[in-house]
Amino acid sequence: MSHELCSLSLTAVRDLLRSGEITAVSATRTCLARIAATEPKLHAVLHLAADAALAEAARLDAAGPDPDKRLWGVPVLVKDAICTKGLPTTCGSKILENFVPFYDATAVAGLKAAGAVILGKTNMDEFAMGSSTENSAYQTTANPWDVAKVPGGSSGGSAAAVSSGQCFGALGTDTGGSIRQPASFCGIVGIKPTYGRVSRYGLVAYGSSLDQIGPMTRTVEDAAAMLTAIAGHDPKDSTSAPEATPDYEADLAAWAGKGDLAGVRLGLPDEYWGEGVDAEVLDCCRAAVDAARGLGAEVVRVSLPHTPYAVATYYIVAMAEASSNLARFDGVRYGYRDASATDLAGLYELSRAKGFGPEVQRRIVIGTYVLSAGYYDAYYRKAAQVRRLIRQDFLDAFASCDVIVGPTSPFAAFGIAEKTEDPLQMYLSDIFTISLNLAGLPGMSIPVGLGAKSAMPVGLQLFGPAFGETRLLCTAKAVMDAVRPPMVPRGI
Amino acid sequence: MSRYEAVIGLEVHAQLRTKSKIFCSCSTAFGMEPNENVCAVCSGMPGVLPVLNEKVVEYAAKMGLAVGCRVNAASVFARKNYFYPDLPKGYQISQFETPICEHGHLAVTVDGSEKVVGITRIHMEEDAGKNIHSATENASFVDLNRTGVPLIEIVSEPDMRSAEEAVAYLKALRSILVYLGICDGNMEEGSFRCDANVSLRPFGQAELGTRAELKNMNSFRHVQKAIEYEIERQADLLDDGQAVIQETRLYNVDKGVTASMRGKEEAHDYRYFPDPDLVPLVVTDAQLAAWAAELPELPVARRDRFVSQYGLTPKDADVLTAERDVADYFEETARLCNEPKKAANWIMSELLRELNQAALTAAACPLPPAHLARLVTLVESGKISGKIGKQIFPEIFAQGLDPETYVDQKGLSQISDSLALESAVDRVLADNPDEVAAYKAGKTKLMGFFVGQIMKATKGQANPALVNELLGKKLA
Amino acid sequence: MDVSPEFAAKIATLARLRLDADKLERFAGQMGDILKYMETLAAVDTTGVEPLYGPVAHVSPTRPDEVVRTCTRDEVLHNAPETDGRFFIVPKIV
Repeated sequence: MSHELCSLSLTAVRDLLRSGEITAVSATRTCLARIAATEPKLHAVLHLAADAALAEAARLDAAGPDPDKRLWGVPVLVKDAICTKGLPTTCGSKILENFVPFYDATAVAGLKAAGAVILGKTNMDEFAMGSSTENSAYQTTANPWDVAKVPGGSSGGSAAAVSSGQCFGALGTDTGGSIRQPASFCGIVGIKPTYGRVSRYGLVAYGSSLDQIGPMTRTVEDAAAMLTAIAGHDPKDSTSAPEATPDYEADLAAWAGKGDLAGVRLGLPDEYWGEGVDAEVLDCCRAAVDAARGLGAEVVRVSLPHTPYAVATYYIVAMAEASSNLARFDGVRYGYRDASATDLAGLYELSRAKGFGPEVQRRIVIGTYVLSAGYYDAYYRKAAQVRRLIRQDFLDAFASCDVIVGPTSPFAAFGIAEKTEDPLQMYLSDIFTISLNLAGLPGMSIPVGLGAKSAMPVGLQLFGPAFGETRLLCTAKAVMDAVRPPMVPRGI
Repeated sequence: MSRYEAVIGLEVHAQLRTKSKIFCSCSTAFGMEPNENVCAVCSGMPGVLPVLNEKVVEYAAKMGLAVGCRVNAASVFARKNYFYPDLPKGYQISQFETPICEHGHLAVTVDGSEKVVGITRIHMEEDAGKNIHSATENASFVDLNRTGVPLIEIVSEPDMRSAEEAVAYLKALRSILVYLGICDGNMEEGSFRCDANVSLRPFGQAELGTRAELKNMNSFRHVQKAIEYEIERQADLLDDGQAVIQETRLYNVDKGVTASMRGKEEAHDYRYFPDPDLVPLVVTDAQLAAWAAELPELPVARRDRFVSQYGLTPKDADVLTAERDVADYFEETARLCNEPKKAANWIMSELLRELNQAALTAAACPLPPAHLARLVTLVESGKISGKIGKQIFPEIFAQGLDPETYVDQKGLSQISDSLALESAVDRVLADNPDEVAAYKAGKTKLMGFFVGQIMKATKGQANPALVNELLGKKLA
Repeated sequence: MDVSPEFAAKIATLARLRLDADKLERFAGQMGDILKYMETLAAVDTTGVEPLYGPVAHVSPTRPDEVVRTCTRDEVLHNAPETDGRFFIVPKIV
């Protein structure tokens, strides 16, 4: 099949599948061929389930197109942090090498119920801890725009796969920007939904109070379609929101007829538009805001005054939760067990020392420390208090605007191995994405062009109030349609 | 030893009688094949999440209401972090800063005087699994069937001053749990477990001494012995000018002593923090009111009613209300025979002994209340003697027999026919002329001899009152 | 705060990680930097601020007390590094 099919949007392919112009098997074969052609350079896929995907596609074809299934026959990939029944789920970690869950994550069940064909699992920073996908125990994924550069992280495999046309959409996970930052680095669309909007059941936990699963696609409509398939209340997740779930795709289509942004107030936080942001990033983002203004949007200044404390707050909370969440990887019931262990202490300490990579170990140790007796109040409790202030900043800002916008990352994709030495500097680069997770609000990143200096994609980030996904999608579509960023990566 | 005052606080873990586990839908059934009652959630698979069993909340709140606790409108689950193979997630979900119930109390009676023991808190948590250690291989076997079975932990204030008070408190607590129907109270199977914090201080001193935590006590007797031993041990140390070390000590059943776990237990740092997978638990006033309305009559109220309604002594009422099943058995028997005091005596002297020997609860009693009621009626109407009644009790108890049928079949009815008895009396007097002469000469103690002989001749079936009356007449 | 390799080792043991001397040395330095950065929070006045442990607005989702069997023992034991088909097996706990 042709390369062009691969570059179509998810919704366009879905419509072709629905009308019977192409079959699920042919769509799947197209993606498998694209994966085969690009993987030697990209290393985006960790586990390819070619046979299972083809069998599922054939089963769908035999039954015929189902218009009630939103993603009927559409090949997708899933980040390896999300459990897939019968398919390896390693979280990019040696400690879960060979782990095969006997259950599907609710989001995966949602994809399957919508008729999607799961091609396999994508690479990631180990346990989603990282911003470059270089912390995978298995492979380093390249950016499709320039294979010498990182795709961002931790959902770098999903971002690279979607950008390069290996699939029409992929699931990512976002604890502190892990969907939005790689989406921005790879020039695609990524949504971090409101906390509780998509079930976390089956998502291997990193920071439980921060984690969300979300769609990564090439268009805003695709993201809306995929989000509709995975969102909703799940009785298996106590933090799952009881609020009714809209049909985002239909709501976006209904709004698209209008097309302009009249009456929409865009809030630009002072803290996101100044110092520390590369000029090329600011230029692209400003151009996008100008385009929005051209569509009738009103631009207002807002402030998120606790932004300087967001990185410290975020890492205390995330590491503390991670230290506890990752205690279950002990070599007893699944995963890596060190063969040389002869006693219980050895079983634990050696399996975990050899099974986890250095970044994971670092976060577990610091997380253990901030929860330990005598330090809890100064670190964890303090961070939880500042977290409330950070959330309040957003609530205050939304009193004077409808959507907050700013750069997703202070810079475009950097070179592989360029920033691996200093963990603190790597953490600091998450400054624009982490506050949103602390506040539990929805956000998305959309491509708004290539940086003048790096010629790499730049992402604009949009934040909304809780359950304001529809508002984000509509605004994002208007901006992207106006900006028309280049979408075909030149690196492969 | 008398120079010191013992200060005792108890931590009780009660396993709740729910059908499913606290955070997943696995069965709590006991005695299954290993790892059969286990799913992705309770085995701590990656990515799974807990969802709270509503019945656990109801049971914990009901226990709180029963012991006068404040039930918190919002309570928080926390993670207690430590590593052990029977703890799949590497943390136990419990409650820490904000438990569901706080500030209760329980009144107990020891040696006739009442003592009020404060209850600090009651919180919900999940049980751990079981590790089985191989005797021959270098291996331990992990069974997660019990993992996630719901528990409540009931923590007392350090208000008890003796082993007797501690045991009285435990018995009262257990009794309430069983009355509420939320725990089976079985100490041997571990559904009712107790740890004791014991310290000593000189009389008159307000400040508490260094405490030892006692574990591994599987019966009330163990609790009593272990605390008594520990009080003596600490008193000896203090007498010798030595310090008590704060530590965990295991009770050794065979030796009757407590021994330090030192070396086997490292210093713990549980790193409690609110479990981000669970949201605050809110209990509404409406829920509380509904649960309060469902509370059954509790042991103390029932005891008081037994005294006023049935005319029992407080002591007897205590014995009969200690176990809900026994109290139910008594009330049914009393209703059927309309002789509450007699029914009470039969239950306390005969039934409880037989139940104890057969290691049965009153609920599993083979002799139904209707049969005991009939036995009471048989004795009270004079159809059989009390002595015969006691003689046949073990057999009718074990077989669950109807005493009336049994008495008829065995021909055990009391001889109350004065003509039939008179001939027996005459025969005995005729056979023992020397004793008759001696009696008449003033040796009246021989009356007992004649009664015995007549009872022997009638195989115990003679009505004793009638025998006495006839003898009195004949020997006058 | 400054973190010594010995202190890092103590915390690592609490987290059941047996790290070699080189790694502890490196970790201690990085931990010190990171913790120092985290201590910037001390500058924020949080007097009277209720901690926010999670962004969820709803309360008390519970489930009915019903038994549902969701998997088999074979599935539960399938990924175990060591099992006899009935138990998970670990080195003897002394």
